[in-house]
Amino acid sequence: MNRKTAQFLIPLLSILSALVVSTLIILISGRDPIIIFEKIFHATLGSAYGTGQVLFRMTTLILVGLAVALPFQVRLFNIGAEGQLQMGAFAAAIAGAMLPASLTSFYALSLCILAAMGAGACWALLAGVFKVRFGVNEVIATIMLNFIAQGITGYLLTYHFAVPSTVHTAPIIDAAIIPSLYTVTGLFAKSPANLTALLSPCIALLFWVILFKSRFGYEMRATGLQPEAARYGGINSGLHTLTAMSIGGAAAGLGAANIMLGYKHYYEAGMTGGIGFTGIAVALLAGAHPLWILCSALFFGMLEYGGLTVNAYIPKDIFMMIEAITILLVISFSALGKRIQQ
Amino acid sequence: MGVAVRLSGISKRFGTFAANSNISLSIEAGTIHALVGENGAGKSTLTKIIYGMLQPSEGEVSIAGNPVRFTSPRDAINAGIGMVHQHFMLIPTLSVAENIMLGNEHASLFQHLPLKRIKKLIEQHALDFGLAVDPDATVENLSVGEEQRVEILKLLFRNASIMIFDEPTAVLTPSETEHLFVTLRTLRDKGKTIILITHKLDEVLTVADTISVMRSGEIIGTMPARSVTKPELARMMVGRSVLLRVTNPTPTPGKTVLNINNLRFRTPKGEKKLHNLSFNVKAGEIYGIAGVEGNGQSELLQALYGLAPAGTSLTGEAMLMGKSLIGKSPAEITLMGVSLIPENRLRHAVIVDYTVSANLLFGRHRERPFHRGIGFDSDVVNRYITAMISEYDIKCTSPGSQPLSTLSGGNQQKIVLARELNRPDISLLILAQPTRGVDIGAIETIHNKIIEARNRGIAILLISSELEEIIALSTRIGAIYNGAIVHEFTENEVALNRSSEHEFKKEIGLHIT
Repeated sequence: MNRKTAQFLIPLLSILSALVVSTLIILISGRDPIIIFEKIFHATLGSAYGTGQVLFRMTTLILVGLAVALPFQVRLFNIGAEGQLQMGAFAAAIAGAMLPASLTSFYALSLCILAAMGAGACWALLAGVFKVRFGVNEVIATIMLNFIAQGITGYLLTYHFAVPSTVHTAPIIDAAIIPSLYTVTGLFAKSPANLTALLSPCIALLFWVILFKSRFGYEMRATGLQPEAARYGGINSGLHTLTAMSIGGAAAGLGAANIMLGYKHYYEAGMTGGIGFTGIAVALLAGAHPLWILCSALFFGMLEYGGLTVNAYIPKDIFMMIEAITILLVISFSALGKRIQQ
Repeated sequence: MGVAVRLSGISKRFGTFAANSNISLSIEAGTIHALVGENGAGKSTLTKIIYGMLQPSEGEVSIAGNPVRFTSPRDAINAGIGMVHQHFMLIPTLSVAENIMLGNEHASLFQHLPLKRIKKLIEQHALDFGLAVDPDATVENLSVGEEQRVEILKLLFRNASIMIFDEPTAVLTPSETEHLFVTLRTLRDKGKTIILITHKLDEVLTVADTISVMRSGEIIGTMPARSVTKPELARMMVGRSVLLRVTNPTPTPGKTVLNINNLRFRTPKGEKKLHNLSFNVKAGEIYGIAGVEGNGQSELLQALYGLAPAGTSLTGEAMLMGKSLIGKSPAEITLMGVSLIPENRLRHAVIVDYTVSANLLFGRHRERPFHRGIGFDSDVVNRYITAMISEYDIKCTSPGSQPLSTLSGGNQQKIVLARELNRPDISLLILAQPTRGVDIGAIETIHNKIIEARNRGIAILLISSELEEIIALSTRIGAIYNGAIVHEFTENEVALNRSSEHEFKKEIGLHIT
């Protein structure tokens, strides 16, 4: 198979096979797959509200997908998007709640978004530092940092920041809220989709420019492909490890802003819900290519929200399985695709 | 004697590419049969078919008159075929005897291993074939020549009657090579059939009985070794007359550019790799370092280009026109006017998955004229790339989208050479194994470009394990052995001896072993 066709065929094949397996599982559980799929379709792209929900999830997924994809180009596997998301969300929540209510929207928003991106970036950078300074594998470091992030946010929430007798923080000031798409355009009424949805494709485009059109990306990809050759070429690979991790973490932080500043408006235990891990699947399905991530995020966004909508017809457990199997299939197929391309 | 291996109408296609097409060949039992050809001529595909690693798309293989269809090397081994790979297949932490019986232990699960029998066999073969090696030694402590003997013993232990040797002399010293040839002849005289794959024409003419020349997947001709000459063989391999030796006009060396004085290199583990190494290179001369691999050449390169691993102790002087190279990063050293062509091209000199264009920029991507905004100025870059492709005769179809991995070794090396020789303001060019894995046709271009660079007044340090290359190009020659320059041939000595290559090789050989 030639390279180009493999590039298109493999993701399609993996999605198709995932659909087939899902159909089988739904059949075994005694339900009619056609009805289920129809319901999913109607509930997602069939209504303005559903489309808005998908768009909202897709936005977060684009950003966490990028958080995984950029380090992946430098041959770093960032498993820590979930932790970076949590830290970003928590930082934004605290910043948003503590700012004086008189602040103008421009400053409040900038500050909160910066807090989210900064926290995400620092959390990812930590894993980079461990790698460069002590040679700790970034997979292990990011997994551990996920636990630590969960611990920190959980502790701070429960013991210091939670509104008494609730599990969430005080709401952020109004000026720090990212306006919903409905208030701006009149579309997607009541859905959580907000302006971040318009920003995220731009970020993907920016990542693409950095990776494939800039000298920085030229060095970055060379480091990822052949670290030793990069050294001979006078490239500082440690620097690229650090920047790739922190830029990735910043993207995850922006994803947190989408949920936090655009939808929830306060931090709540478990609000990220493992979407950072789905980001890994998003990046892998897209072959870590920033623009393909738009498509793969749409797919996983539909899957995420679609699963919720058929809760009444199909047990949640079954749908959890379907989602996980889909991710597994996607990852296996992309590994297979790499082998074919070689 | 009969025919040991007969190939009839063998073809092997990978997709649309035919690696072997319609090959028919008979290899007589009890002879040394050499397969020569350039890289990519199909030699390794053909041997992999004989050894059962690949299955032919068409055609038939017969061993000793019986048609066979191998599905794996195990079938081939059972049929009495053995192979000594270019990269040895030994387990470094096991002993010689253990390695020899690996996979063929002649013992059931709870029986003890027949170590005694193996030791006896080794002693006997040591006498018969000149394969002396200590059966109790651990493989990682052996020299390369000894490791090769272990590989041959492995084949004898399995009673192989047909032995395939893939580029067996690539890693050997001249004296080890002589030794191997004696062994090969003895094996032949005892009735073994030897298939020798190589691109070194001198060796083929010395040791082989019959020679088959391959070119682009076909056998161009098979003839007794006695009836051909080296230029004839080269012409058959390349398909046109080639200059085996570039013309090397008299050099006019200028002032000293690189001065290395008492350089010592100690690895983080404490091994001493360079012992008070001293030499200098002048502008407009090529200083050749002759030696067997592993005598400090790699460490010298690392020291000169800022690549020594962390924890290395480097003492002594390495001065480029009065400025020390030690302790600087590769990027800084490049800016001082040093250019390096590393010994391992695919690993260090290029990014295999990058396009031809991107590789022509690699390492030079920091040069300002190529820049525009945050990216590259495509007009300037394209002009440079077009110029390099025509000047260095790089054969590629679409430099902007074609990955480097699709090019032949020779064309890849021309890309590296074009890039490094054309750096602005270079004063020192370091070449390590510049023609390794490069076909004869491309060697000619590369050697001419090197001489041209020398005539431009660049100081060139040439490190090569091919003595022919050292003799053909060098102005002065330093023989490296065990981390030090043990003998230096002056400009006059080199110029005088160049015409009598064979004797000169022998003389250099004395100093590097």
